[in-house]
Amino acid sequence: MSRRRGRDNCPNLFYNIKRKGCESVQLFLQQVFNGIMIGSTYAIVALGLTLVFGILHVPNFAHGHLYMLGAYVTFFMMKLYGLSFWPALLISMLVLALIGVLVERIVFRPLINQAHITMFISAIGLLMLIENFVIVAWGPRAHRIQNPYPTIVRVFGITMTHQRIIVIAAAVILMVLLQLFIKKTIVGTTIEAVAQDREGALMMGISVNRVAGMTFAISSALAAAAASLVAPIFMISPTMGGLLVMKAMIIIILGGMGSIKGAILGGYILGLVEALGGGYLSAAYKDVFAFGLLIAVLAVKPTGLFGKEK
Amino acid sequence: MDIKKILKEKWPYLFLLLVAFAVPVLVSSRYVFQVIVISVVWSVAALSLNLVLGYTGLASLAHAGFFGIGAYGVALLTRGGMSFWLALPLSALLATVVGLFIAMPALRTRESYFAISTLCFGVIIYIVAGNWLSLTGGHTGIIGIPRVTPIRLPFLTIEFTSLTSQYYLVLVLLLLTLFVMHRLVYSLQGLTFMSIRNNEVLAEAVGINAFSTKLLSFCIANFIVALAGGVYAPLMGSISPTVTMHILTFNWLVFTLLGGVATLAGPIIGAFAITVLIESLYFLGEYQLIIFGALLIVVIIYFPRGLMGIYDNLSLKAKDFYQQRRSGFKDVQRIAQSRGSD
Repeated sequence: MSRRRGRDNCPNLFYNIKRKGCESVQLFLQQVFNGIMIGSTYAIVALGLTLVFGILHVPNFAHGHLYMLGAYVTFFMMKLYGLSFWPALLISMLVLALIGVLVERIVFRPLINQAHITMFISAIGLLMLIENFVIVAWGPRAHRIQNPYPTIVRVFGITMTHQRIIVIAAAVILMVLLQLFIKKTIVGTTIEAVAQDREGALMMGISVNRVAGMTFAISSALAAAAASLVAPIFMISPTMGGLLVMKAMIIIILGGMGSIKGAILGGYILGLVEALGGGYLSAAYKDVFAFGLLIAVLAVKPTGLFGKEK
Repeated sequence: MDIKKILKEKWPYLFLLLVAFAVPVLVSSRYVFQVIVISVVWSVAALSLNLVLGYTGLASLAHAGFFGIGAYGVALLTRGGMSFWLALPLSALLATVVGLFIAMPALRTRESYFAISTLCFGVIIYIVAGNWLSLTGGHTGIIGIPRVTPIRLPFLTIEFTSLTSQYYLVLVLLLLTLFVMHRLVYSLQGLTFMSIRNNEVLAEAVGINAFSTKLLSFCIANFIVALAGGVYAPLMGSISPTVTMHILTFNWLVFTLLGGVATLAGPIIGAFAITVLIESLYFLGEYQLIIFGALLIVVIIYFPRGLMGIYDNLSLKAKDFYQQRRSGFKDVQRIAQSRGSD
């Protein structure tokens, strides 16, 4: 294209550039929005996992399956008992908290002084149990929870449904509540005490077993909340937790073991990396970016963003 | 003289070997025979996992990924016209080299972190196998993998078309693996592996390079599991990305742990026992894996050393029992004699 012709069509060209630019900015913002939405669910799930993994040192590989179970409980509360979305979500959180306590008591507590890998194996047994229980009880095919807020909002050319905005807001609320619970209540501070020094906490009269049970309850309830919140957007299926738990583990390593701040930030980072990588580079290899991120972190700073040096 | 001694001390092993070679005669059902052939392949994989997990203390969960690289390597090379006997070591070498690159960042981590990072690498291998359409055929995989190339010697030709000959092929692989493992574990190198497992800091203090030792163990295990994968591909005739999936690693993990971790017999016993268990639980249908999961939890809590641990405990108790009886007998004898002398 010659210069002159370019100059001749100047206004038109500018218009084109402007429109193209606008579109690409819109696309970018849309990806960022989706990334933040997915990132908030990652953050909540990773938050729950960092409590049990980083603080109790239980590599709960079945966390993703508790997440899946949470989505199913919500689904059946809505379908069988005709509850609306929010009560179903609350019941799901309660049920999963109870299951979390049971899991800690039956599956992990007997192994507390054993090698790390035995707990990992135990968790694998648990996830096989849960996944196949769900398959037997409710079938292997995917279900869809009816979207309670399907209305669409358009802001700056970004399409968002109310449900997606609710996911982001609810995630923030949950994080703030958890932070307040751990920092401001006496029961919550016992968790932090155990995290800092297990023996010291024992000597101060804190029941480590009770803290472990409580931590599992909170962690499972958070997973149930995250699963129920995104269930109306994606399908729910018995295998939905398998990949998620690996991503949650990546987030924990990324953010630094046991760091709540790190889990939250790591969740958003992973969500954004996936959305942008999937949108701009390759959708098929979307999940590889998450795992590639881990390699990068391990190569540069194995302790993670907020991890302490050992 | 020497042979007599070997016969006296090692007769159970020789008997087992005899049984192993006689399996094609003993087993008439084709289905059972196929199950046995697969169990042998799984035994090789579980044995190699046992080297990193049991002896070196590294939970490498990318193991199925390397199995998959071996399988895909052999499938693609033999379909391209290469002889199986050249393709097999080449693919195993490829898997080892890939493992070397994976180990560089992964070995910077320890314990559960190492497990997670290798798991992630395993998933990357799976995703690549499922999406690299032009090479791996995507999720449909590769079909029509040629059978193992016949060995042509001047006076005889060994073909691998019948199930029996394939059985002997995998059996030879298993025996070779077992031999290598035995030599390795009872050598100084094997002790070095175990010292890293037991106390890495102490091992480094006595002058062991922990990183290179772990790397060596990781690479040997990957090479062996890739060999198993390379044999598996022509055996099945077709492969799909499921051969690289972490579920397979979990299975081997279960075999190793239920059989007895850090023992040579454990992984093999586990591979056979569980495969048989799964086949015999077949009537339970969908409930089978639920029970399997529950069983795994129970075993890991109550019998952390697996079947070999149970066996060791029982044999110790039996020894105690006999010793007590013998000493009891002697006591009685003494009393009787003292009574007699009165």
